Amino acid sequence: MTDAAPTQGKTILMFDDDPDFLLAQKTRLEAAGFNVVDVDSSDNAEQLIRETKPDVLVVDLMMENEDTGFTLCYAAKKLMPELPVILVTGVASETGIEFDAATKEERSWVKADAVLAKPIRFEQLQADIEHLLTE
Amino acid sequence: METLRVMIVDDEPGMRMGVQRALRDYRFYLPDTDCDVGFEIIEAESGERALELIHDTPPAILLLDHKLPGMTGMDVLERLPKGEEDILTIMITAYASIEIAVKATKEGAYDFLPKPFTPAELKYSVKKAASRVVLARRARDLAEEKRRVRFEFIRVLGHELKAPLAAVDSYLDLLQDRTLGETVGKYDDMIGRSRTRIDQMRTLIIDLLDMTKIESGTRVREIEPVDLVDVATSSIELMESRAAERHIDLNLHVDGPVVIDADRTEMDIIFNNLISNAVKYNRDDGTVDVTIKATGDGGARLSVADTGIGMTKDDQAKLFGEFARIRNRHTKHILGSGLGLSIVKRLVTIYGGDIRVNSTPDVGSTFSASLRPAEPEDAPAEQADDADGDAE
Repeated sequence: MTDAAPTQGKTILMFDDDPDFLLAQKTRLEAAGFNVVDVDSSDNAEQLIRETKPDVLVVDLMMENEDTGFTLCYAAKKLMPELPVILVTGVASETGIEFDAATKEERSWVKADAVLAKPIRFEQLQADIEHLLTE
Repeated sequence: METLRVMIVDDEPGMRMGVQRALRDYRFYLPDTDCDVGFEIIEAESGERALELIHDTPPAILLLDHKLPGMTGMDVLERLPKGEEDILTIMITAYASIEIAVKATKEGAYDFLPKPFTPAELKYSVKKAASRVVLARRARDLAEEKRRVRFEFIRVLGHELKAPLAAVDSYLDLLQDRTLGETVGKYDDMIGRSRTRIDQMRTLIIDLLDMTKIESGTRVREIEPVDLVDVATSSIELMESRAAERHIDLNLHVDGPVVIDADRTEMDIIFNNLISNAVKYNRDDGTVDVTIKATGDGGARLSVADTGIGMTKDDQAKLFGEFARIRNRHTKHILGSGLGLSIVKRLVTIYGGDIRVNSTPDVGSTFSASLRPAEPEDAPAEQADDADGDAE
């Protein structure tokens, strides 16, 4: 990481109910110089966002409910409109439901700045995080 | 109420009117499908017109006069679309002609109605054809439903296998890239998690094989006197170390041997599943109580009670279905195949028994099952899904 200086020490708050996803991504992100707070449920999400003041939020779509992630994104944007949000989802591969945040219109209702389909490639997650941080 | 479309093809308006009148308000009850059958009548005055109409709105039953001004009834029969949705043709012939009957049968006519006929004769003939149509449709719907359930099963199964694979894959990537450096010890957590996920896959595959064995009915069952106390004891031994890790007590309550004519492997599957669930879904420092009683007529009753997380009435209703694993904040760290209880239910059904659950959230669950002795084995194992509507 030669040019990662602007993202060093930035805080990523990550919500996912899959402990393996959390452990693997947290390990990678920390190795890349990020500060990571991982949470395995959406309980107290708003309080956690307020307390950790993250630079980027990473949210899994399906947690307690099928649309927990949508609700969480919405709450996060209400709380911190400028907070970049990445929505991670296994929906496309499981159910064939597809959505994206590629256009402004899509972003306006998904309330996320990027959507990543599981299984995700770490490089893609890192690239999205860095892109959103330097935008 | 099932409404079947009937087309009468006859050049005589009086004849068409007669059929309309006889069938318009005619209904009959078909016991096999538990539904009423009624009719909607379409008329065609010629063979040419009939073919046009059949193309747009194919009838279920075709009442086809042989003697028509243009093309004959036989010509129409030959030109009928040979589609998936078959049209049953009843040929109306003015005189009993063996030659026409043989030819029409070759072309697939279902029945004959000699002219002149009474409304009762017409109704009888149409009822016979209609019953056949409705039953064939039901059979097709059922086959379709079975196929749909099978695809859904495979879809969920695929996902259940993919998730642990993805997890192990991501850990291996980390190891390969030495993300945490060269010291192996730093990866212990990930190696442990990988093992857990691999165990989960293994359990799923074993359960799947168990299920396939039961369902195919091809496994050779060895019916012999089996002491359920012995089965429960080995099952408890198997779970003991896992229970001890979480200080869970496993207790067996029996008055002596409980011997039942059964297949030992099937009994093992039932006890292993129930007892391992009772451990998995228990709280630390909890207890599991296994009780077995002979019923005096060669059968047995067993119950497995835990002091675990319990479940709501809604969850209990779903419990015995495939992949019905209850997902909530208490269970998300517990790995299971989602097939265990479905397998247990199939087996218990094979033994002419039933299984129930009594549960209170945060207090515990008690599974109770009854078993009847198995018949001496000469017929193959009864298909579980015959006796059990939701199984497949």
